[in-house]
Amino acid sequence: MSVEIQQPPTEEHPKEKLLRMDRIPHIWCPTCGLGTTITAMATALEQLELDLNDVAVVSGIGCTGRVAGYMKLDSFHTTHGRSVPFALGLHIARPDMKTIVFSGDGDLISIGGNHFIHTARRNVDMTVICVNNFIYAMTGGQVAPTTPITARSSTSPYGNYEHPFNLPLLAASSGAVYVARWTALHIRRLTTAIKEAIAKPGFSFVEVIAPCSTLYARLNKLGSGLDLMKFYHDNSVIKHGADLREVDIDFQTKIVVGKFVDIEKPTYIECLNEGNKRVFGDKYKPYGVDHGDS
Amino acid sequence: MKAKSENVLTGAHYLDGNHASAEGAIAAGCKFFAGYPITPSTEIAERVARRFPLIGGVFIQMEDELASMAAILGAAWGGRKSMSCTSGPGFSLMMENFGLGIMLETPCVLVNVQRGGPSTGLPTLPGQADMMQARWGSHGDYEIIALAPDSPQESFELAIHAFNLSEKYRTPVLVMTDECVGHMTEKVVIPPAEEIDLVERLYTEKPPGEAQPFEWSNYDIPPMLPVGKGYKFHITGLTHDERGYPIINAEAQDENVRRVSDKIKRHTDDIIWLEEKDTDDAEIIMMAYGISSRVMQPAIARAKQDGIKVGQIKMVTVWPFPEKRVRELAGKVKALIMVEMNLGQVYYEMERCAAGKCQTLLVDHAGGTVHNPEVIYNAIKEAAK
Ligand SMILES: Cc1ncc(C[n+]2csc(CCOP(=O)(O)OP(=O)(O)O)c2C)c(N)n1
Ligand code: SF4
Ligand SMILES: [Mg+2]
Repeated sequence: MSVEIQQPPTEEHPKEKLLRMDRIPHIWCPTCGLGTTITAMATALEQLELDLNDVAVVSGIGCTGRVAGYMKLDSFHTTHGRSVPFALGLHIARPDMKTIVFSGDGDLISIGGNHFIHTARRNVDMTVICVNNFIYAMTGGQVAPTTPITARSSTSPYGNYEHPFNLPLLAASSGAVYVARWTALHIRRLTTAIKEAIAKPGFSFVEVIAPCSTLYARLNKLGSGLDLMKFYHDNSVIKHGADLREVDIDFQTKIVVGKFVDIEKPTYIECLNEGNKRVFGDKYKPYGVDHGDS
Repeated sequence: MKAKSENVLTGAHYLDGNHASAEGAIAAGCKFFAGYPITPSTEIAERVARRFPLIGGVFIQMEDELASMAAILGAAWGGRKSMSCTSGPGFSLMMENFGLGIMLETPCVLVNVQRGGPSTGLPTLPGQADMMQARWGSHGDYEIIALAPDSPQESFELAIHAFNLSEKYRTPVLVMTDECVGHMTEKVVIPPAEEIDLVERLYTEKPPGEAQPFEWSNYDIPPMLPVGKGYKFHITGLTHDERGYPIINAEAQDENVRRVSDKIKRHTDDIIWLEEKDTDDAEIIMMAYGISSRVMQPAIARAKQDGIKVGQIKMVTVWPFPEKRVRELAGKVKALIMVEMNLGQVYYEMERCAAGKCQTLLVDHAGGTVHNPEVIYNAIKEAAK
């Protein structure tokens, strides 16, 4: 009697094209919101049908900062807070590529806050995806400039009493041309927002409210990542074009989500070209058309 | 490869050291400059800002020096020759990302026009007190290349040389000039483009899938990978392997850190550039770099008139330190004297290498102006006693 040996199925991981499978398993905790966020980004890139050779991702330092290490793209894991200026240099050198910054709330808004506002002001053509878990996760759960008032962290053990930043308002008032906020629960809408942001010329910003199950949820007795997803389900209020002065996030109350800003404005490189053209006329060769060798 | 004529202002000019540094960088093919204004370096940024639009370069005044350093690294990985300039306070702010440049093995150039420190110190007056910060200012173990021009002409030439070294060794290179050289105006002769040799970036010849961003086992200096060409590489400031993947353990650390240091150490004979005069039969050898190497000339001339056999070494490269040469000379001479505009920095390297085999003397100065040659002369007399 002969036994036919069944080969195990060799189905590909659905996101294999966009993930560094040789680096899996990743370091993130079970039920962390980063998994769904990175999936949304991967799906957005697939749906945009971009040449993936022309997409670069830049991260800073943090749990979210590790995203660059898992995306199968030209990917740069830089220093804490400096992902945006690194990306600016990369973008100016290769304006034909899509430059996406993927980093945490502490990285982008605390230590990197100055770069964030100035790069938005210049309307540099890049997409910044900020995973806001209300905490410094990588370092063990310290207070962040996004931590809601009364929420606990390891360095606000009696509850935070500082006013947090309202990120969509900050981005919009600094000059971003596209601003949206979704939670890790709104996978489809988040994917659409990331798609729109990447396609948008200029500085686009997507805030993703995502569960940090291990630290933020535990320190605040909010249950598991799943419980936080349920919370998002019950408490998210979709309000496109909301008055951004009213989208602050308080501790465990409603979260206003939606597409808030989608406007047209010349990008940094368009302004550079316009400014030089005004002065030099035909002597000036627009930058970005032929960015050949040096 | 030769410089491109559209980048080179061939001819004889009357320039200060900062303008000359800018022209050197432009001649070398620098096409991205990110900086933040700071005295006494700003003229470099200003000249680049004026010159770039018509030669396809981008100058951007960043929000601070942290951003400036990060941006030039990003641009370098985007394929550009990139640079920044600064002075003491800005240099301090750049140190973390300078270390990222070392770790990512990123070619770029940073010019520090030194002023008196610490802190805000003497914004408009010279110093040479950032030399140890240049050597060790970023955290961790690493080797660094630092050049020190003594004139506007040399500022032009060393800017080009700095870019060439950075490409050749795939590492950030420092030009440690000072307020005095930066603001001193002299004749600068810029040669025709075809007389300027440039080192171009070494990119991998392997196709995507086979190439790695830090292929150090097969190459002396790992070739770079270009962005946007399908390599889909990853690089990180974390300790990493040849693939650029983070590996967090002691073995990987040993391999990574040693490789990055050794690539400079293996080539010190090629990198170190000393200009020696009368060292063969000297009883006393004067060492200095940058402006101090000029300031000591009257003192040397006078001591020679007194019959003292004085030789001199101008260190065009300060880092890596010329250990071998100093050890050799220490066994032959009566004294080695370091003249520097700080309270003793590079001197201690000289003393270490002399290892007690001869007298070592420091002619120090807290900065704010150059040394009085009289003081240098007195030191020579003292050593000759
Ligand atoms: C200059 C510097 N300061 C501090 C740190 C330590 N550090 C690493 S990640 C981090 C905070 C990360 O928080 P966030 O950006 O919100 O990312 P998350 O881990 O929450 O995704 C800090 C403070 C560092 N790496 N570098
Ligand atoms: S610590 Fe928090 S943010 Fe970091 S991986 Fe775990 S759950 Fe995610
Ligand atoms: Mg966070």
